[in-house]
Amino acid sequence: MSRLDLKNGVIEIIHGSGGRASSQLIEELFIPHFDNELLRQGNDATAFDIPAGRMVITTDAHVVSPLFFPGGDIGSLSVHGTINDVAMSGAKPLYLSASIILEEGFPLADLEKIVISMANASRTANVPIITGDTKVVERGKGDGAFISTSGIGIVPEGINISGDLAQPGDLILLSGFIGDHGVAILSSREGLEFSTAIKSDSAALHELVSEMVQTVPDIHCLRDPTRGGLATTLNELARQSKVGIQIYEHTIPVRAEVKGACELLGLDPLYIANEGKLVCICPKKSAENLLNIMQQHPLGKEAAIIGQVTEDKQQLVVMKTTFGGQRVVDWLAGEQLPRIC
Amino acid sequence: MKYVDEFRDGDKARQIAELIQSEVRPDHQYRLMEFCGGHTHAIFRFGLVDLMPENIQFIHGPGCPVCVLPAGRIEAVIKLLENSDNLILCTYADLMRVPAGKRDSLHKAKARGADIRMIYSSTDALNIARNNPGQQVFFFAIGFETTTPPTAAAIKIAHHEKLKNFSVFCNHVETPPAMAHILSSGETQLDGILGPSHVSTIIGSHAYAECCKQYSTPFVIAGFEPLDILQSTLMLVRQINEGRFEVENQYCRAVKTDGNKKAQTLMSEIFEQRPLFEWRGLGELANSAIQIKNRFSDFDAEKRFAMEHIEVADIKGCICPAVLRGVSNPDECKLFGTVCTPEDPKGACMVSSEGACAAYYSYGRYRTEVEVVNS
Amino acid sequence: MCLAIPAKIESLDALASTAIVNLNNIRKEVSTLLLDEVTVGDYVLVHVGYALERIDPVEAARTLAMFDDMQALGDTE
Ligand code: SF4
Repeated sequence: MSRLDLKNGVIEIIHGSGGRASSQLIEELFIPHFDNELLRQGNDATAFDIPAGRMVITTDAHVVSPLFFPGGDIGSLSVHGTINDVAMSGAKPLYLSASIILEEGFPLADLEKIVISMANASRTANVPIITGDTKVVERGKGDGAFISTSGIGIVPEGINISGDLAQPGDLILLSGFIGDHGVAILSSREGLEFSTAIKSDSAALHELVSEMVQTVPDIHCLRDPTRGGLATTLNELARQSKVGIQIYEHTIPVRAEVKGACELLGLDPLYIANEGKLVCICPKKSAENLLNIMQQHPLGKEAAIIGQVTEDKQQLVVMKTTFGGQRVVDWLAGEQLPRIC
Repeated sequence: MKYVDEFRDGDKARQIAELIQSEVRPDHQYRLMEFCGGHTHAIFRFGLVDLMPENIQFIHGPGCPVCVLPAGRIEAVIKLLENSDNLILCTYADLMRVPAGKRDSLHKAKARGADIRMIYSSTDALNIARNNPGQQVFFFAIGFETTTPPTAAAIKIAHHEKLKNFSVFCNHVETPPAMAHILSSGETQLDGILGPSHVSTIIGSHAYAECCKQYSTPFVIAGFEPLDILQSTLMLVRQINEGRFEVENQYCRAVKTDGNKKAQTLMSEIFEQRPLFEWRGLGELANSAIQIKNRFSDFDAEKRFAMEHIEVADIKGCICPAVLRGVSNPDECKLFGTVCTPEDPKGACMVSSEGACAAYYSYGRYRTEVEVVNS
Repeated sequence: MCLAIPAKIESLDALASTAIVNLNNIRKEVSTLLLDEVTVGDYVLVHVGYALERIDPVEAARTLAMFDDMQALGDTE
C-alpha cells in the first residue's frame, strides 16, 4: 500500500470501512499528530489511572460552516469547546476523546490541517486525546467534517460550582469582549463576506478557571456563553437558579468592529456566539479579588463586572442601557440571522 | 460610529424629553402614529416611552414589510417549491419564520428539502443565478420603496446579462397609499404621523404632501435614532399645538424634498403601478404596489411560473390585522405572550423584529410585568 | 424595513459601480448604482448591499446643533 496522498488525495468510503485503509489513515495521519503514551496502547478502549475526587464528563458535537475561519477551525474548536465544558464545572480537564465523521471526497490536505490544529490545541492545553474513531459517510450525506469530542476532568476538593447556585446579591463577571467568534464566522459566510480583523476568540479556558478557583473557591456558577451568546447564558443561569439578573450595558466589553458588524447586519452582540469567554457568578465580597486574578491572565485581560443577581420571580434578565433605559434581554428566538428590516 | 452614536446620547434625550413635557398641553391626548416598524423597534429598544409624558401615545403603524405580506403569498411560494425540482429560492432571512398556512413556514419548507438560500442583497441572488445555470433562481422580493431600487437594479443587470434563469417574485409595496388608507378609514384617531425615514430617502418628503393636506394631519419625517424620534415628536407636538399641518423633515441629513432621483428613474424603468394589491390587515388597496413592466416580463416570476392565488386565514385569535391598522395594541391579543411568542410565532407581527408584537414582547415585557406586580 | 446604516466610503470602483465602505473597521463592498455622485470620504446609508443616499454633513451638524440648543433651553427651565 502506498502512503496517503496528503496533497491531492481525498477521503474515500474505504477509509471508514475498518479495513487496511482505515488503519492506514489512523497510523499515517492521526497517531503521528495526536501522539501520546495512552493513545499508543492502540486499544479500542484506553485504560488509565484516576486520581481521587469527583469526576466530570462532558460531550460535545461540533459542526461549523465554514470549517476554517479567521482565528481557528473545526479542529481547534472541538478541543477548546470540550475543555471549556469540563472547566466550567471548576474541574481540571484530564483527557479527551474524539470521533470524526468525514464526507466521501473530503480533501486529505484539509483533514491534515484539522488534525494538526486539534493536536496543537490539545498539546498547548496539555489535555491529550487518548482515544478516537473515524467514520466516512457517502458524498452528500455530510458537510465535509463533523467532530464530536468528549472530555473528563477532576473537580478539586472543596469546589462546588453549578448553574443553580446563583444567589441574589452575587455579582456577575465576564472574562472579555463578546461576539468575536460569531462575527468571525459571519465574515467568512458565503454571500455575507465582509472583511474585518476580528478573529474567533476560540481558546481553552481551564487555566484561567484553575487560577480563579484557587483564589476564590466559593465561586457559585461558571458558564461559557457559546451559541446563543451572553444573553442566552444569563437566561439559562437565571432560570436554573430561580433568580433575576440585572446587567449594565456600558460595562459589557464589545469591540467596535463587532458593534459595526452587528449594526450592519441587524444583529445584537448579546446573542452572538463566543468560544473563549466565560461568565462567572460569585459572592459580592469575592468579586473584586476575582476580577484582579482574571485580569492578570491573558484570557481575562478585559474582564469586567457586568451586573448582579437579583430576586425576581419572573427570572428575567434586565439590562440598563447606555442610553439610560431599561429593557428585558430575552432568550434567543430562532437563529440570529442577518435581517433587512 | 459616526452619525449613529451622536444620535443616541441619553442625556440629550432626557433634555429633549423635558422640553416635550413642558410643551404638551395637559388637557390634550396626543395620538401619534409611527408608521415604520423601525421606529417601533427603536422606541422600545431605547425605552423612549418611559421618557414621554403620559398624554403622548405612540400608535404603531403598518410599516413592516414582512408583517403586511399576506400569508398566502408565502404559501404560494412553498407550493411552487414543492412542485418543482430545480428551483432555488433566494430570500431575505426576515421572511424565513413568518407563519404561512397550516403552521408552515419557509423555514419548515427548507427542512423538508426545499433549496432556500438566505441572502443579504439582491446582488447575491444574481450571483447564485450566475453560478447555477442549470437551475431556476427565484428571488422573493419584499419591501417598501427603500428596498425596491436594489430589486430594480438586479432586474436591470439580469436583463443586460440576458440571464435566463433569474426571476423576481415582486411584493414591493408603496407607503403613501397605505398611509392615506389609514387616515381615510378614520378607524383610529391620529393627531400626527412620524413619517418613514429610509423610505423617504428614496421617494422624498414631498411624497406625503397630498396625504398631509387632504387629511389635515401633521407629518414629520423622522430618523430612526432615538434623538431623531424625540426631536420629531417635539416637532409634531408643536404643529399640533399651533394647529399647523405640514410635512416637516427632521431627517434632513439623508432625506431631500424630492428624494433620490436616480433611484426613482431606475424604479420607473423596471416597474409600473399594480392596480390592486392585498396588504395584510389593510385589505386590497388600489395603486399601492408595483409590478414588473411587460418589457421585463422574462424576469417576472409570476409570469414565468404558474403561481397559485392562495388565501390563508389568520390563526384564530390573532389580531395582527387590527395591530397593523393601529386599532389594537399587541397586548390586547389573547395569544400574546402565551400561545404566541417569538419562539413560536403565530402571526407575522411576532416574527419580524420590527413587528409591534415582537417589540412589545422583547422589550416591553419589563414594563407590563412591573405594572402587573404593582397593581 | 429599512435597516440602513451610515458607513464611510473608502474606495470606489467607478466601472463596476461599487464601493468599499467602512463601518468601525468592518469593510464591505456595496453597490453605488443608486447614487450619481459619490466621493471617497462620503458617508452613505447602506441598505441590503446598496448605498441609498449620501449623508449630508452640513445638515447632520445642523440637527446636532439643534439638539444642543434644545439642551440649553431645557437647562434654563
Ligand atoms: S401576539 Fe401573535 S397572535 Fe397576537 S396579534 Fe400579535 S402576532 Fe398575532
